[in-house]
Amino acid sequence: MTAASPERVRPTPIKAIPVRRTGQWISAAIVVALVGALVWTVATNDNIQWPVVGDYLFNSNILRGGVTTIQLTVLSMVLGVVLGVVLAVMRLSRNPVLRTVSRAYLWLFRGTPVLVQIVLWFNLGLIFPRLGVGPISADTNSLISAFGAALLALTLNEAAYMAEIVRGGILSVDKGQTEAAHALGLTSTKTMRRIVLPQAMRVIVPPTGNEVVTMLKTTSLVAVIGAQDLFTEAQLYGSKNFTTFEMLLVASFWYLVLTTVLTFAQSRLEQRFARGTSQGAPAGPGFAARLHANLRPGRTATQGASR
Amino acid sequence: MTTAMVRAENVHKSFGHVEVLKGIDLEVANGEVFCLLGPSGSGKSTFLRCINHLETIDAGRLSVDGELIGYREEGDKLYELRESEVAAQRRDIGMVFQRFNLFPHMTALENVMEAPVQVRRESRTDARDRALQLLDRVGLGERAGNYPAQLSGGQQQRVAIARALAMKPKLMLFDEPTSALDPELVGEVLDVMKDLAREGMTMIVVTHEIGFAREVADTVVFMDDGVVVEAGKPADIIGNPQHARTKAFLSKVL
Repeated sequence: MTAASPERVRPTPIKAIPVRRTGQWISAAIVVALVGALVWTVATNDNIQWPVVGDYLFNSNILRGGVTTIQLTVLSMVLGVVLGVVLAVMRLSRNPVLRTVSRAYLWLFRGTPVLVQIVLWFNLGLIFPRLGVGPISADTNSLISAFGAALLALTLNEAAYMAEIVRGGILSVDKGQTEAAHALGLTSTKTMRRIVLPQAMRVIVPPTGNEVVTMLKTTSLVAVIGAQDLFTEAQLYGSKNFTTFEMLLVASFWYLVLTTVLTFAQSRLEQRFARGTSQGAPAGPGFAARLHANLRPGRTATQGASR
Repeated sequence: MTTAMVRAENVHKSFGHVEVLKGIDLEVANGEVFCLLGPSGSGKSTFLRCINHLETIDAGRLSVDGELIGYREEGDKLYELRESEVAAQRRDIGMVFQRFNLFPHMTALENVMEAPVQVRRESRTDARDRALQLLDRVGLGERAGNYPAQLSGGQQQRVAIARALAMKPKLMLFDEPTSALDPELVGEVLDVMKDLAREGMTMIVVTHEIGFAREVADTVVFMDDGVVVEAGKPADIIGNPQHARTKAFLSKVL
């Protein structure tokens, strides 16, 4: 071939007839038809009083329930992460006592259903009517409210799962990092805090984000003890006014809004902790993939399998 | 300057059933550049790691600047040192690793500042000034704000040297500092080490760079299979080895 001469004209862009993707169009049509039919039957269903859904969407008690749900999620996650880090460090400690305590904790709290734990803390008054140290004691049921029992159960349970996530993160950090820190004269505590944990964060953050979303949904279990969360309030109105289904739609709407916001925040956070690795590129799948993963119907099923 | 900086007497170390150090006797004088040569698996890196207690020794005595490493001696009893006491001993011993081991979540500057601020409790401004000086000295003043992932291997290793120097150590340990580097990057690291040697730093260097050993070392030690085969001036050991094992090794690497 001769070298391109300057007067050579650029050929017209290729205009080919694309391959027919008939299957794709047919399947899309079927999906649209099915979804459309479903939406239609629900939307026009005489048994659903849509105005009620609209009325209660921003009902003050429902919103207050939503705030309680958020409080429960945030508090139990924060406390769960703190306790989880402690348990993970204990598990990796050279001290056999600490290791055993951590292991026993995980065995206990991962081996019992969280629903049972919630009800158990709520009924603690049955075996310990009064709680206290020495002469100072108080009535158990006034000390541990429904919210308190819910928070206690969710925190202690979450800590067990967080401990495993944090332990995995710590173990993912190269041993050379610890050696380098020790060689500089940093103590083990400083090495963990300054060198190992910050690097472990990159591995810890993605599954923790999933834990937050799961936690948000798990808080609905506290409705069994009437902890006044979103689901408690929705159920309450539902049974009082014979609008069970309408109120479930209201609750679902708010859970969806909250998980969507959380999933978005998670993506942003991960980008921050990817600092120093390949110039801060996000470590995991993007927001859309994460949202899909968090919302997919199989979520509870996979959860059950992995736990 | 006749005091020994490092003194090893009959040092033994086993990993499980494998004895990797079988009675090492060595003395490193103050200000000396001491090169450990030998095939891989000969125990040279393990010995180096024993000097700052990254590995514990099973038998024998190992002291730095007259102080027993990892133990306190009272009468004829040895007491294991607390973790904070071991950390205090390590402050004065710098170490440079084969794989750099820079902290990837910190910039070059933060890497160098970390120990002075966290361990020596220096103020951030003092530590920053000195860290910048040290980075300048290893030729990386411009790269202070870069993360390790943005630096070449040779640059990372020079930051690692600056990081060790920031603690003003009386002894520097180098564990095959150029083995993980591309050939064209070896020179820049060796140049920094030569400068350091000229300034009188006591250095123990585990290396495969025979040229560096010949040019810079005061003493060269050839180790094989957990023992010191021969030790002496580089001209003698490298130029005129006496042992068959030394000759065999040198003929392969030269």
